Amino acid sequence: MFSPFMINAWEACTIIAIVAGVVGFFTVLRGSAFAAHALPNGAFAGAAAASLIGANAILGLGVFSLLGAFAIANLSRRARHDVATALAIVAMLGLGSLFLSMTTEYAPEIYSLLFGEVLGIGTNELLPAALIGAVCIAAILFLYRPLMLSSITPDTAEARGIKSHRMELAFLIVIALATTMAVPVVGTLLIFSLLISPAAAARSFTNKPATAMGLSVAFALGMVWLAIALSYTTNLPIGFYVGVLGAVTYAVGRGRAGWRPNRTVSPNQSEPTAPVDALIGPSR
Amino acid sequence: MVRAVGRSSEILAVEGVSVSLSGREILHDVSFRVEGGEFIGLIGSNGAGKTTLLRVILGLVEPTSGQVLIAGKARSRRNPLIGYVPQKIGLDPDMPIRARDLVGLGLDGHRFGVPRPSARRNALIDEMLEAVDATRFAEDRVGNLSGGEQQRIMIAHALISRPRLLLLDEPLANLDIRSEQEVVALVARITAEQQVAVLISAHDMNPLLPVMDRVVYVAAGRVASGTTEEVVSTETLSQLYGHHVDVIHVNDRVLVVAGRENDVHHSVEPNSPRWSA
Amino acid sequence: MMLLSISSSVFEPGFFSSAPVHVALIVGAVVSVVSGVVGTFTVVRGQSFAGHSLADIGTAGGSAAYLIGITPLYGFLAMNLMAAGVMELIGIRRPRGRDLATGIVLGAALGLAALFLYLDTTSSSTTGATVNVLFGSIFTLPPGMVPVIAVLSLVAVGFMLVLYRPLILSSLSPDLAAARGVSVRPIGIGFLVALAIAVSLSAITIGAILSTALLIGPAAIALRLTKRTGHAIVTAAIVGIAATWLGILLAYDSYYWMPSNRAWPVSFIVVTLIFVFYLVVDLAVGRRARPRRSPMVPETG
Repeated sequence: MFSPFMINAWEACTIIAIVAGVVGFFTVLRGSAFAAHALPNGAFAGAAAASLIGANAILGLGVFSLLGAFAIANLSRRARHDVATALAIVAMLGLGSLFLSMTTEYAPEIYSLLFGEVLGIGTNELLPAALIGAVCIAAILFLYRPLMLSSITPDTAEARGIKSHRMELAFLIVIALATTMAVPVVGTLLIFSLLISPAAAARSFTNKPATAMGLSVAFALGMVWLAIALSYTTNLPIGFYVGVLGAVTYAVGRGRAGWRPNRTVSPNQSEPTAPVDALIGPSR
Repeated sequence: MVRAVGRSSEILAVEGVSVSLSGREILHDVSFRVEGGEFIGLIGSNGAGKTTLLRVILGLVEPTSGQVLIAGKARSRRNPLIGYVPQKIGLDPDMPIRARDLVGLGLDGHRFGVPRPSARRNALIDEMLEAVDATRFAEDRVGNLSGGEQQRIMIAHALISRPRLLLLDEPLANLDIRSEQEVVALVARITAEQQVAVLISAHDMNPLLPVMDRVVYVAAGRVASGTTEEVVSTETLSQLYGHHVDVIHVNDRVLVVAGRENDVHHSVEPNSPRWSA
Repeated sequence: MMLLSISSSVFEPGFFSSAPVHVALIVGAVVSVVSGVVGTFTVVRGQSFAGHSLADIGTAGGSAAYLIGITPLYGFLAMNLMAAGVMELIGIRRPRGRDLATGIVLGAALGLAALFLYLDTTSSSTTGATVNVLFGSIFTLPPGMVPVIAVLSLVAVGFMLVLYRPLILSSLSPDLAAARGVSVRPIGIGFLVALAIAVSLSAITIGAILSTALLIGPAAIALRLTKRTGHAIVTAAIVGIAATWLGILLAYDSYYWMPSNRAWPVSFIVVTLIFVFYLVVDLAVGRRARPRRSPMVPETG
């Protein structure tokens, strides 16, 4: 499986895993699992549109996922975050269904676009993918401090001049870029699994944020390498292994959390309840 | 109690601020000042508008009229001179963030890039943790700390950047009496040491009586400010509320009690708010 | 006279007599009502991700059903009920933790879907069917399914009616509910079961996209217009029916209006209608009613 044929796959997946680990750390911190699923999924419409006009499918996907990022960010200012994401994804998918209806063939590319293709990236596509990945990582490192503050204590962050909606938009754009570069290999439906599972598991192993991010990358690499190896040897789709290994990785994290002695939560501390404003009305 | 005031310049001026939200007027023509190093209690019942007023000062809510001056200058987007401890802190126990990480973010969280660990930065964080008596849980996950411990971390987070004014939104709510006293003593001590002015909102002024320099009392959307003796009196508060209230002193505690139905209503306009000379 | 000519251009020939249109209108209305009821609670409880995921997750079950030759709906349903159970099992009360659990289950289910689709020997037709569920709009229903759909709808709505009051209380404040003797966890599970059933039948009949759109959209619109749960449910159902029927009409007409008789898919039209309607209502209700808050925290102090 290490033939020259497969080297591209290993390299591409390594880049993808590193990016997913880094971006995933904040995805899990901010509870943006839905957005991480919605953006590449909805961006499928862009791929369909692109193939209609004969343009590169991935490019169309990228453009649409960026549009999706703006849509979610804008709608988030009007509605609850998950409602905003839901509205954005159905709008994008609705467009996708329109574009799909205009072609009559279900190209085999659809399967690989949805579920991934180990050999999805050619040699000449490695460099652009690496570049986008590097941009994503650089962006995360650049935004690290204000994004952390905004994610942990949004109120004090706002008071310090860090506008939540700007951080949100910036982060969604990073998710859009990160998922777009990974789609050819992992597929739109499963890239988000790489974003959330390793980072979720990493949390159980450390209290330090930097270490958690490092572990997130490590777990992502492990997950992806194992997925390639299994996919190659069993000839089953890589998406299958990504999804299942994601659940396994998460389980490992949960298991570890069960082993760690945690300080008990005192009754003083209340958990955020279900959002009240939907029923009661805006608070002052 | 008069606190040692190193810098006697005025740190906060609220002038003629009115705020309407969702069509209702929450605050009307509110004015008061805070001098450097003063400890001010922002007192009012729940829903009186204390949080709104604090959010106006922080620049999170736009007043419909009036202005807020910080150290003489108009409120700008980010004001390093103000530290803020919000009312609801609720930190997620799943977040891999230590107490000392959160305090560290108070130092440079608004700057881009990654925090660069340095001996000096660590020393500052250690010093702040020590000041709020949080050293023993500095390495623990913030979400696992008790409510009181999280509050202390948030105070450290707000103070580490050496602001000149500290705003605390209802820090004493839901605390037992002993914890109330501890928090008040802690805040009073640190802010006196660092010569930071304090604006602390509460619905019960009694825990603050020992340390307050002046009080800003919020009722019916209006405000009266001055010393406790001046403001917390039957005459002043009755005028503020627009109906009769009684102020009762029991030992060294104060109770504000609503008057009876058939008391004569004063239709006089409340005096314009006073502030100390 | 003029009314007749207007109505004849709005309703293209054969609209009212077409049997598929009848079925579509009825199915659309039924699904809108179920989605309106369940969707209102979904939005209030902040479980939109779960509601959307179940549409995709069920697809895995549907593909499996194709593989072993049973009716896709049952595979859909079984998969969704299992998924709901797992979500609840590993789920945490905090909204972020819950979404994470949903995501993990979704990832695993989609992974399985990848496998099932790959294994099916008639892969292109199954892929076609799956893509149809995921991206298309299915308004053709084998007649034998209609009673099943009706029964399931009644079960879902009935379940919601039984759970109504404790569900409102526990959605508003789990602590308050627990203090009143309401067992929050079983109520949560019960809700997820109702959600699983509602999404299964809507995704199979009208496609996954419309399933989510009708679940979340009308409820979000309704909650903008009213704060009372009962009113919101009714409003959501009405908005859903209106959007669906108008969408069916326009899709039907587009066959005649569009060049080369290329009709537009119902999914696209209905989703666009809901989306636009939401924006209109949001703008109309205005900034006053919209609280200032950061996007990720459910409510600030």
